Amino acid sequence: MNKSLKSAESLGAMERKSVRLNVNGQDYSVRSPGGARLAEVLRDDLGLTGTKVGCNAGDCGACTVLIAGKQVCSCLVSLDQAAGEAIETVEGLQADSRLRGLQQSFVELGAAQCGICTPGMLMAAAELARENKAWSRTEILDRMGGVLCRCTGYTKIVDAIEHYLSGAALPAPKAEAGEVGGRLTKVDGLSRVEGAARYGADATPEDALYLKAVRSPHAHARFVIGDVAKFVNANPGVIRVITVRDIPGKNEYGIFEHYRDQPVLADGLVRFCGEAIAAVLCEKDAVADLDLASFPVTWEPLPPVSGIDGGLDPKAAMLHASRPDNVLTRGRMIRGDMEAGRGRHSVSGKFQTGYVEHAYIEPEAGFARRVGDRMEVFVTTQTPYMDRDGVAHVLGIPQTEVRILPSAVGGGFGGKIDMSVQPLMAIGAWLTGRPVAYVYSRLESMRVTPKRHPSRIEATMTCGDDGKLKTFAFHADFNTGPYASAGPIVANRVPLHAMGPYRVPAVHCTTRAVLTTDAIAGAFRGFGVPQAAIAHEALMDGLADKLGMDRLEFRILNSLMPGDSTATGQELSSSVGMKECLEVLRPAWNEQKKAVAEFNKGNDRFRRGIGVGCMWYGIGNTSQPNPSSMRIAIGADGKITLFSGAVDIGQGVNTIMVQMCADALGVSADRINLVLGDTDRTLDAGKSSASRQTFISGNAVVLAAEKLKESIRRLTNAGPDSKITFGQGKVLVSGAQEVSLDLGSLPGDGEGNVLSEVGYYNPPTTDLDEHQQGIPYASYAFAAQFALVEVDVLLGYTKVLKIWAAHDVGRAVNPTQVEGQIQGGIAQGLGLALMEEYIPVATDNLHNYLIPTFGDIPEIEIHIIETLDPLGPFGAKGIGEPALVPTAPAILNAIQDATGCRPTQVPVTPSRLWQLLRDNRGS
Amino acid sequence: MDYRRAENLEDAVRLRREMGYPFVAGGTDIYPAIENGARFPGLIDVSKVEALRGKIRREHDAWIIPALATWSEVVAADLPPQFDALKQAAAEVGGRQIQNAGTVAGNICNASPAADGIPALMSLGAGIVIAGSSGEREIPLEEFVLGNRKTALQEGELLRAVKVPVRAARCASAFRKLGARRYLVISIVMAAATLECDAGGRITYAGISVGACAARALRLAAWEQALLGRSIADLHALEVAPAYLAPLSPMDDIRGSGAYRVHAAGVLVREALAKAAVRLNEQVS
Repeated sequence: MNKSLKSAESLGAMERKSVRLNVNGQDYSVRSPGGARLAEVLRDDLGLTGTKVGCNAGDCGACTVLIAGKQVCSCLVSLDQAAGEAIETVEGLQADSRLRGLQQSFVELGAAQCGICTPGMLMAAAELARENKAWSRTEILDRMGGVLCRCTGYTKIVDAIEHYLSGAALPAPKAEAGEVGGRLTKVDGLSRVEGAARYGADATPEDALYLKAVRSPHAHARFVIGDVAKFVNANPGVIRVITVRDIPGKNEYGIFEHYRDQPVLADGLVRFCGEAIAAVLCEKDAVADLDLASFPVTWEPLPPVSGIDGGLDPKAAMLHASRPDNVLTRGRMIRGDMEAGRGRHSVSGKFQTGYVEHAYIEPEAGFARRVGDRMEVFVTTQTPYMDRDGVAHVLGIPQTEVRILPSAVGGGFGGKIDMSVQPLMAIGAWLTGRPVAYVYSRLESMRVTPKRHPSRIEATMTCGDDGKLKTFAFHADFNTGPYASAGPIVANRVPLHAMGPYRVPAVHCTTRAVLTTDAIAGAFRGFGVPQAAIAHEALMDGLADKLGMDRLEFRILNSLMPGDSTATGQELSSSVGMKECLEVLRPAWNEQKKAVAEFNKGNDRFRRGIGVGCMWYGIGNTSQPNPSSMRIAIGADGKITLFSGAVDIGQGVNTIMVQMCADALGVSADRINLVLGDTDRTLDAGKSSASRQTFISGNAVVLAAEKLKESIRRLTNAGPDSKITFGQGKVLVSGAQEVSLDLGSLPGDGEGNVLSEVGYYNPPTTDLDEHQQGIPYASYAFAAQFALVEVDVLLGYTKVLKIWAAHDVGRAVNPTQVEGQIQGGIAQGLGLALMEEYIPVATDNLHNYLIPTFGDIPEIEIHIIETLDPLGPFGAKGIGEPALVPTAPAILNAIQDATGCRPTQVPVTPSRLWQLLRDNRGS
Repeated sequence: MDYRRAENLEDAVRLRREMGYPFVAGGTDIYPAIENGARFPGLIDVSKVEALRGKIRREHDAWIIPALATWSEVVAADLPPQFDALKQAAAEVGGRQIQNAGTVAGNICNASPAADGIPALMSLGAGIVIAGSSGEREIPLEEFVLGNRKTALQEGELLRAVKVPVRAARCASAFRKLGARRYLVISIVMAAATLECDAGGRITYAGISVGACAARALRLAAWEQALLGRSIADLHALEVAPAYLAPLSPMDDIRGSGAYRVHAAGVLVREALAKAAVRLNEQVS
């Protein structure tokens, strides 16, 4: 058989006749091989990059197109099969006058956040929209169920489809109205639904080399690289191999300057499965046939250092010489007298959580290009300025010689804070002088990038007879993997939040981040707080039950209130909406309590339960300076430009910044032009993380607007109360008298702007002293959610029927986006509670690693609480992470309410819950 | 990769014999395998082979499901209640995209222990029509799927069609799939049950098959046996004897423990039987 295989290969190489493809009614002639995936052909040969590739395995549906009117994954269709068929992609939608309305419905109703799944969603919806029938919501779900979304929680997508099918008119486009508090249409929404937005993999230059990394199959091993020249010669199309010796600058990177412990390429020793040891640069045509298994390397596997106990084992290998005990960092928050202050009633618990994967639908991607002695990097990122500094560090060039151009970002959630493709492709482009593109496969995206920290928590909470909390003791160990990443952030943030949003006079909270050779753990929506909330909310229920108090009332009794001090001694003078959040849920809670008891009467197999979860969350970095600078400029023609370095990762910061800018200047939103992210043109706005952009960059925008108005008043000698109206080519200042400032008369800068001001805002925090006293955060968000679940006791299967969510966001700058963040956060929290667990190597794809689908999201009732934070821009705080934190605790508490058994390990899979129920019955 | 398109059945068989490449039709297993690192020197595309296509149809005493029938076609086909389980399974295969592309033959030949389509067909007593260079042969589905990714196909053979015996008028079936999420999910366990009864409501045929509980889907013969001659009205009275589930040998894996799977299989079979019985009752009355 081998012989015939060979002759066939040579035959195959000969025939490459062109194939006719009909896409969106247009004929194309394509010369790619017959077995090429249609998705690839559409994107690479035809330049139709609106079709996205999320997994190349039919698991995510991002690449959905219509063939002969039917939705299929274009990553699973060969070019030969598609030839001659009518193919429709997102680029063709607007030509269909009916489906144009579907796109508009998506934009207006908030169905697109990051937008990476949107083309697939639209195509799946287009299939059903063409069938002339009345669709029930369940039928819509059945048709849409093959496309995954990680941002929206699906609700607004189904709403948009239903609204479109109903034929009802959309609310009037809100592009002009820019006031804070209004539902301004997502400013970059149209580019998402038209497939025009350029994500990391969408702008690769034609002459680019493609980069593939050689990665370790072992979690822990020494290695020696063999004859690389021979490998290059044996592989036509391979231009060059990069190994450690080729790195021009330092072979290290990391989020923190003093924790740069991750090598770009491992130097003789790998510390996790998937670590890169070399990079192969090849021509595009050679990618498909490149077999990295033939790369010359000899492995000497070492015993893995696995799990928290594995890392702490005194006999375990030391992973970094600087950390002899394999402890990366420790955190603590100790205050008050734990012994003397102890309450009469005490509840303890142990809890365990696993790795959680961000599973954004856009794998890491971008390209790098050398321009003279400068490096330009187009990349999907949450942190352009940190990327700039990190790339400069590995290239050994000044930071100002690196330019980062953020692409549209197809989801972040913390996973695109660390660099991924940046260092290797920059080195490749630097050394070869050719553009170098690097697109992670789904496997790389899952195996190589940081995850949520697995945790092991022990905690004890006490209260007095009056129900008032007295003490809280907490210790959490986190598996941080082999490199620092955001491990120090997690270890430091968690002790400050671990007692929950309650008044507790004495606390003793400690954490450790333990180094292992498992997957790297880093930043993920909430930085360890979601794990800690599972513990404090379980104990709150435990104490309430001991006292025979209602679980919601027990929380209200202990909620932080304005005037209370936190464990760090910070007085919370205002904008503390914890109690309001709980109180707004009270009527539904009491009603559901009765309904659940009624349902459970005589129902042995299906048991319902309700559970509440609360959280608080400090906005921005912990005690660290984390400023943002935003610039607003006005051209001679009156054109207003906001130069924003705050990256929109789908959370909608572009729209929020435009709204604040418009409101602060008193103009309509469509007057604001956005220049985004480019580190040559915008200032450092800091990371899009820690729920900080609305609060911090929002403040910077408001300050810039104020400064701009001040300088206009100065130029016109107008008083501070004068009204400023921005016109075309002039600004009208009406105070004691009316003055018109002719913008054309002012000198312009290189970009044609005549007025320009920078707003700089750094939240007023302080370092914590040796007793952890100080102001770690300038602002806190609060939230309560409660879940109604139904547990099939026989199968251990939990169905979440409804979630009520009350969030103190300070001020909802854009209610549609706030709702979207809450719905999306709840979806991720539900995943954390019930189905998501990343097991290194075993689950590095989207069919073994399960994230919620269309059919898993319950009805969500949202209550937005506005407490107007005096420090927040227009009173706003943040919502990104707070949305997720209370969900898993609420669901776990509801499962306990339903079954009488306390799940202490997430995810609560059917198998695990069945075992738990069985064990409890046995005892 | 040498991508060959077979023009007809003979072509497909010849290419297979000469090249030894895997077949591709819906592509829903081959392309993910390639993404996962599998390297094939070539593929034989059979998606345009007329002899493998066509409508799901009745021929004499059997229903013929052509190899390339997709799961959406199964759902849309006008079929008697004996096919309810298959239709329910078809609607649970991947998402709509996979149902539109994935084929019945591909699902069977890929021979995953968690193949969604196999238990329903097995409970119906389906047979497999195999085409090869020396003509056609037919074997029961139970003998076709030999183990995890193993089938009885010999060199140069392919699955031409699935043949399902036409059951008596009073026949119904049902399918239950258990996964950790609603869509796009690989089963933890699944079960299909087919029941046929006489005019008096006595069971004359019982087919029970469980998937994802062994290297391949299995029939639970002892349970089937215990049902024969019983009245569908008192199905629920039958206790599940441990021996019924004895053939199952599930592993512990990321989706669930072996012990859980055996337990869940018992529950799912009972539910599938009850669901089928309800359908039967509708027909009898």
